[in-house]
Amino acid sequence: MEGMDEITDKKDNTSNPFQLYMPLLPKSECQVGEFLVDENGRKLRLNFAHGTTTLGFKFKGGVIMAVDSRATSGQYIGSQNVKKIIEINPYLLGTMAGGAADCTYWERVLARECRLYELRNRERISVAAASKLLANMVYQYKGYGLSMGVMISGWDKKGPGLYYVDSDGNRMAGNVFSVGSGSINAYGVMDTGYSWDLTDTQARELGRKAIYHATHRDAYSGGIVRVYQITKEGWTKISEEDSKNLHYQYEEEKKKKKPTTTSS
Amino acid sequence: MSLAVMGGADYMRDPRKHHFHPYADNGGTSVAIAGDDFVMIASDTRLTRGFNILSRDQGKVLGLTPKTMMASSGCWADVLTLKKVLNARLTMYSHEHHDVMSTTAVAQLLSTMLYWRRFFPYYVSNILAGIDEEGKGVVYHYDPVGHMEKLAFSATGASVAQIQPLLDNQIGALNMKDATPPTITKELARQLIHDAFVSAAERDINTGDGILIHTITKDGRTDEKVKLRRD
Repeated sequence: MEGMDEITDKKDNTSNPFQLYMPLLPKSECQVGEFLVDENGRKLRLNFAHGTTTLGFKFKGGVIMAVDSRATSGQYIGSQNVKKIIEINPYLLGTMAGGAADCTYWERVLARECRLYELRNRERISVAAASKLLANMVYQYKGYGLSMGVMISGWDKKGPGLYYVDSDGNRMAGNVFSVGSGSINAYGVMDTGYSWDLTDTQARELGRKAIYHATHRDAYSGGIVRVYQITKEGWTKISEEDSKNLHYQYEEEKKKKKPTTTSS
Repeated sequence: MSLAVMGGADYMRDPRKHHFHPYADNGGTSVAIAGDDFVMIASDTRLTRGFNILSRDQGKVLGLTPKTMMASSGCWADVLTLKKVLNARLTMYSHEHHDVMSTTAVAQLLSTMLYWRRFFPYYVSNILAGIDEEGKGVVYHYDPVGHMEKLAFSATGASVAQIQPLLDNQIGALNMKDATPPTITKELARQLIHDAFVSAAERDINTGDGILIHTITKDGRTDEKVKLRRD
């Protein structure tokens, strides 16, 4: 049957995740991505989770990862319940910013590669190696329009690890990162409260608060604030709270603080 | 007088860039609601191109397995291609495994297949509805390149911005003080789907003519057709 060779030749990503379809068009006629408009010139809404706030930081108690949960396509809120922290394995987490499908697909491929590494080498992959696998995978597609800004974090022989990887090919290690449209807001809160010597409770609260403030000021961020922590035992889910409830909670705390600041 | 002033042959004009327009927006709206032991999936039956109505009787819900159905709308050409390739995959699976693919497996397969075309996407909005391994109703929602979300109810396609808020309010009971979400019965789901499409047909030119409502339970499937405004 016409067109069925697509399946029978297995030239697809069900057997090899890297075998994606490439349009059979001369580049001079049509740059990749340029035809992603319908006949009326309306753009295809592909980048489903473009607005986002995600953050991660290392401290003496491990790594904190916190994210919002809103997905937008244009002005429309596609979802308020997206899981932007992807559980790669019990010791590795990845975050999601940019194209939702790009992040979930490539982090799923990363999870597969990490499992294969374990089976081949009889030990867990390091955070450095895992993040580099992802960086190398997306670098292969540089210029083709992938859109992702992710943080890979985990615990390995060297202790806590935190890397930033994006679809331009950047990969860097660091103590404090925030990615997405709400990152400017999150950085503001995080930088004022951050210290290496934070206690577990303080660190979790800092991550939560930073994301909350981003959901408040950035229209493209919102929904639920999810907080995870990584220790040498692996990751644990700390909290998942509606930003609406956090708003009233922080408002209440502000009211309590006011009299003491004005009287002193 | 030069040929150029008179119009002249096409090849004699200045070089022009030609654009490739492989996509059409053929409208169509789909809704799915999951219950404890059933799932209901519906679509309108109008197919459009701009302000022309191409068909008043084109349902957009495709049966994949006895327990799984997919509603697909957007560029109709891409819908047909996706349907063809997905059905072929499911046939190959059932031949290899002597079993029907589970709803959860179909859900992941669809995501992978949509991402395969990441650089030349299928211009489609999809909802997958089915009965899972525990006999419960499930709904999956997709973007054109395969981002997937598991939900209890969802709308997609042309009238998503009209219908989804209605479902959020009536089923999710979101952001309302002291409101508890209702238990989803078949009667409630059917009534909500009917109201949703009637409302959408009133305000969206791309939705109308009729609704096809499919109900899946562990025992089988029932289909129903309801009429909508034909203007």
